[in-house]
Amino acid sequence: MTRFVLGRVTMMLASLLVASIVIFLVLEVLPGDPAAFMLGLNSSAEALQALREQLGLNQPVLARYGAWLSGMVRGDFGISYTYRVPVAGLIADRLWVSLPLAIYALTLSTLIAIPVGLLAAANRNGAVDLGAMGLAQIGIALPNFWFAMLLVLVFSVGLRWFSSGGFPGWEDPGAAMAALTLPAIALALPQASILARIMRSSLIDALEEDYVRTARAKGLTRTQALIRHALRNALIPVITIMGLQFSFLLAGAIIIENVFYLPGLGRLAFQAISARDLIVVRSVVMILVFAVIVVTFLVDIAYALVDPRLRQGRP
Amino acid sequence: MRHGGSLVLASLALVLAMTAPGAAQRTDVVVGLVLEPPHLDPTSNAAAAIDEVVYANLFEGLTRFGANGDILPALAESWDISPDGLTYRFTLHDGVTFHDGAALTAADVVFSLDRARAGDSVNAQKFLFADIEAVVAEDDRTVVVTLARPNGNFLFNMAWGDAVIVAEASAGTNATQPIGTGPFRFETWRQGDSVTLVRNPSYWGEPARLERATFRFISDPTAAFAAMMAEDVDTFPVFPAPETLSILDADPRFETVVGTTEGETILAMNNRREPLDDIRVREAIAHAIDRQTIIDGAMFGYGTPIGTHFAPHHPAYVDLTGLSAHDPARARDLLSEAGVEGLRLSLALPPPVYARRGGEIIAAQLRDVGIETDIVNLEWAQWLEQVFGNADFDLTVISHTEPMDIEIYGREDYYFGYGAPEFQALWDELNLTLDPDRRNALLGDLQRNISENFVNAYIFQLAKAGVQNVDLEGMWINAPTQATDLTQVYWAD
Repeated sequence: MTRFVLGRVTMMLASLLVASIVIFLVLEVLPGDPAAFMLGLNSSAEALQALREQLGLNQPVLARYGAWLSGMVRGDFGISYTYRVPVAGLIADRLWVSLPLAIYALTLSTLIAIPVGLLAAANRNGAVDLGAMGLAQIGIALPNFWFAMLLVLVFSVGLRWFSSGGFPGWEDPGAAMAALTLPAIALALPQASILARIMRSSLIDALEEDYVRTARAKGLTRTQALIRHALRNALIPVITIMGLQFSFLLAGAIIIENVFYLPGLGRLAFQAISARDLIVVRSVVMILVFAVIVVTFLVDIAYALVDPRLRQGRP
Repeated sequence: MRHGGSLVLASLALVLAMTAPGAAQRTDVVVGLVLEPPHLDPTSNAAAAIDEVVYANLFEGLTRFGANGDILPALAESWDISPDGLTYRFTLHDGVTFHDGAALTAADVVFSLDRARAGDSVNAQKFLFADIEAVVAEDDRTVVVTLARPNGNFLFNMAWGDAVIVAEASAGTNATQPIGTGPFRFETWRQGDSVTLVRNPSYWGEPARLERATFRFISDPTAAFAAMMAEDVDTFPVFPAPETLSILDADPRFETVVGTTEGETILAMNNRREPLDDIRVREAIAHAIDRQTIIDGAMFGYGTPIGTHFAPHHPAYVDLTGLSAHDPARARDLLSEAGVEGLRLSLALPPPVYARRGGEIIAAQLRDVGIETDIVNLEWAQWLEQVFGNADFDLTVISHTEPMDIEIYGREDYYFGYGAPEFQALWDELNLTLDPDRRNALLGDLQRNISENFVNAYIFQLAKAGVQNVDLEGMWINAPTQATDLTQVYWAD
């Protein structure tokens, strides 16, 4: 197990370094000068030059990459060009919205998907199965921003149960959770639909395996065999999908963040890109790469926990 | 059944209506803004979103813009101008303090103006201070500004958000902890969500009637609509979803407010490039444009046609739309006269709706007279670098939102490249003129000059189409500068 973990950690660090080079270079070739963006249509060449000097944009490329990398290792991401505050704080604030939202949505989707998938597999081709999978099909087909708008119209504009968006901060945890509820539901529904279908099909595959027939022959009921033997084996593809979904929920919630005007990471990245606040963009992207790599790592560990063969390095 | 439902709703509404008067009058307001300011220091960034939060509320200058664009005294209670127009002696209000308790003195004015015009200044509107030769504090309440040449716009220039007075101690931290002299002081900024201001209890002038003002940043049109409908926001001075304004207007809780702005929306042409350096080609393009179709199609009917680069609500405005009336036949004649055939031009479009939607309509209208266009959609940063910075474009659609910015036509190195000597001569004469009637006549001549030379095709003045709660009073209707002046705002009973 130790060798397995060590190997994965080395891979992680190498991926991060490669990602940092790619991110830096891509943003270097992007057209658009942050100083010109900040000073607008009436700016003088003199003021522009002064601002570039102040922001450190006149230094050579390699020096700026080096400064960024060494700063990051120390946890110092630099000062945002436009916001004029440390990037680390800016990202930390946004993570306090995006991370709980992603966890909330993933929890909801898992709580819906696992029982629905189990029920559907247990009643294969029965009325419950057909109904659940029909709903899941609709859930996958619905664009989540449309569903989000529908939620706002019903629960904010109509019933006034929730505010239509915004985030009050964690000083009042109840209000904060309430503010994240509609976005989490909007994010969770399509994910739950996908997860339930994966859960169902991988359970059905497992149910056809020899060990399930053996278990049934030993005298277990169909449900007992499903829970004790098939479920554990069916979890690997489900965990894979959950890992992918978590990365998506963290990085890809920008549309939902827009609908609910939540101050999350996605909106920060979007605003920073349009303002050419490159120092923020590359740090946000780097954080997201880091998050995806960590999640992948955790998923690998989870595989190993579920499947002993992987722990010993066998295929 | 449906009747039963609406009956329940109606009686609920009645109960709510009956209980409402008992509730205390509101003293807070939530203002919806489309863009979040990058930071809160108006003296180092061009972003209009900064002024939309801080102008007149938090920071004040020597003078200020009134609701209709007139210039009012602010920190300066009065001033004397020498007969040669070169010396301005400002007397500051007594008892003005900054939000940190420090007293405002003439030294702060000297510091602010010197900082804005210094060599290493990063002020986005440095030209406002270009004519200043010296700023001297005579005593604590008297500042004398000497100009290198007379400038009839000087008091106007000092009203801009970029010319507000800041203290030396807080100038460096105003971006995140703004310290001004205004009737509101800064409380919190939840980045990405909202900025909150609270009433300044020790304000030198008439105190604000609101105790608290929250600016929420909502850029998504659907989210803005939902926020209004759910009454999470009390007003959107500039509403991002004009297509839903009629729905909100029909709702008895809300009213729409349509005013004018300083935004001249133009089809800018690169006067340096062939064949656009030929006045006949530019005139042809101007005649190809049907302004009302663009206003209806791109702006849902909100906007006023213009024939020159000047705001129609200004007393000096001259209606020159007739010079470039929609006339495709005339446009085709001019093109063949100029010997131009099969013309193909690039059309660069920045992100705002007026440009993206308007650009498509303009492209169709140009095709109608035989000009093909290649539409290139650009982000703001790209547009600023490529079109504005490097003048690498043929045509572009852009709204110039700075007040009284006809001056840009005098700059030879400006992106559309005009700067004709006769325009510059008129502009210089304007700066030497203090008599209001003569100034208006000269402003008229400037407008005629650029219109008759078809420098750009002038399309429409951007409207300020907003929506607000019917009980909210005192908001600006027009936008003489991009600001949300809350100093006179209150809730009606």
